[in-house]
Amino acid sequence: MAANLPSDVRLLTVTFDPAAEVAAFGAAHRGLGGLCSFVGEVRSDDAVEALELSHYERMTLPAMAALADTALARFDLLGLLLVHRSGVMHPGEPIVLVAAAARHRRAAIEAVDFTMDHLKADSWFWKRELRGGRWSWIEPREQDHGDLARWA
Amino acid sequence: MATVTLVFLGKLADLAGVPEKTVAAPLDWAGLVSALPGPLGEVLQQDRTRVALNGELLADKTALAALAGDEVALLPPVSGG
Repeated sequence: MAANLPSDVRLLTVTFDPAAEVAAFGAAHRGLGGLCSFVGEVRSDDAVEALELSHYERMTLPAMAALADTALARFDLLGLLLVHRSGVMHPGEPIVLVAAAARHRRAAIEAVDFTMDHLKADSWFWKRELRGGRWSWIEPREQDHGDLARWA
Repeated sequence: MATVTLVFLGKLADLAGVPEKTVAAPLDWAGLVSALPGPLGEVLQQDRTRVALNGELLADKTALAALAGDEVALLPPVSGG
């Protein structure tokens, strides 16, 4: 049954409006009980001029869909929304939106936390940033893998 | 000509200088290593670099067996969403 629950998973190469997406998601699950959402955006500190995420067409979106299915199976949800950017972004622009709707708050909150930890640690994205006119690749963070252990 | 397409992801695309490259089919691990000399080959052989065949991650990249028309992706460690 869990696998039949509605998930909306998208990989975008142009910017999006997280507030509008959350509003539409909430409207699609009216009477839901609880909705939790998280928006990650490009930080404007550290003199970062731009961030570029690249992905692999054949794996990135399928893995995101599989992650959504895992979250739906693990938590008691009514729906899950997962929107992720690829391409060049500037400070203040949204990178990722995860929203979960559930009858009770804890499932919604935990599903968003779980999905974000997995997106950060093992989704197929490669990131580089532009500082002072120079691009440099971002290496994996140990912290991201530590975060995953919370769900083992 | 029967070829295999190599796809370079993340910093591997910078090292390769191109996002993709075609090599003669069939292609096994030894063939892949010899097709990518220099820094690219060194990174390929690091444990943290994974290999996918037609979008399926290989549990053991040294067991690679790609045929004509296949796509082999070289995946450095992800840096997260």
